[in-house]
Amino acid sequence: MSSEENNLIEILEEGHKVDIAKYIDYVTAPQAGAIATFSGTTRDTFEGKTVMELRYEAYVPMATRYLSSICASARSNWDIHKIAVAHRLGPVLVGETSVFVAVSSVHRGDGLDACKFLIDELKASVPIWKKEVYANGEVWKENAEFLEKRLELAETRGSLVKKHVAGEHKRSCCGSKVRVQEDEDHTDIAGDNKE
Amino acid sequence: MRGNRTGAWIKVLWSGSSLLAMDVTGQAAKKEVSKIVNDEVSSIEIKVLLFARARELTGVPDLKLKMPSGSTTKKCMDELVIKYPKLEEVRSCVVLALNEEYTTDSAIVKHRDELAIIPPISGG
Repeated sequence: MSSEENNLIEILEEGHKVDIAKYIDYVTAPQAGAIATFSGTTRDTFEGKTVMELRYEAYVPMATRYLSSICASARSNWDIHKIAVAHRLGPVLVGETSVFVAVSSVHRGDGLDACKFLIDELKASVPIWKKEVYANGEVWKENAEFLEKRLELAETRGSLVKKHVAGEHKRSCCGSKVRVQEDEDHTDIAGDNKE
Repeated sequence: MRGNRTGAWIKVLWSGSSLLAMDVTGQAAKKEVSKIVNDEVSSIEIKVLLFARARELTGVPDLKLKMPSGSTTKKCMDELVIKYPKLEEVRSCVVLALNEEYTTDSAIVKHRDELAIIPPISGG
């Protein structure tokens, strides 16, 4: 857990559920007229397959560091008051929340935009992984946001970058395994992903 | 008295040549020590962390890796694939992080650095 400048970042150990009220409470402030939130929840199907659960793991120290950095970026782009970000580790059952973001701001525009930015950036750069578990198999997921961002992350790398830039926009990596776009997996409580 | 003085001279001569011998041996010993020191300095040890699919393929979440001093992260990865050929499956997919920051293939690793093998992420 790291808390600096009005940011609350928590990577929750296996078995610990997201206490949404706690995070909303954290960002609530008299001067904030708006609280924007995003909750990512485990969906029950993916491409016709029944999802039993998602299992998360993380490179915790680096994940915390990058979440702090993303919060700092959000603050430099929008006028926001407090931020809370929580991500679970371990199994997350269908219907349960795996990730939660809450942002308070004086006006709703800044809060809503910052909230979207925070979850988008989390999916693009924070070292957390999930495995989708079906009745008859399991697969490591890959975020499209990361595959796109990787070109930036590896900007000064040589041949590997060229390989990806030259080819068509890859939707997945490690070709032989089933990999899919991450976005559809979650039901957005803040709004429909497809809008 | 004379005997003693002679004795003394002999002692001096003797210890002189001992010193000389010691000095020659000392030099050799010094060279030996400096060779050992150089060998130790020219090899470094880093900690490697493996996540998700990379961890499944190797069967270990972390390991220590000894590399020649001045090695790049790419060389470390090459060495890991030699030690764990199954890693070839994710070789082209992973990104590397050095001491909790994303890094490049050409970054130089130092003694006690932490190198993380990061398959495509899927948080959120």
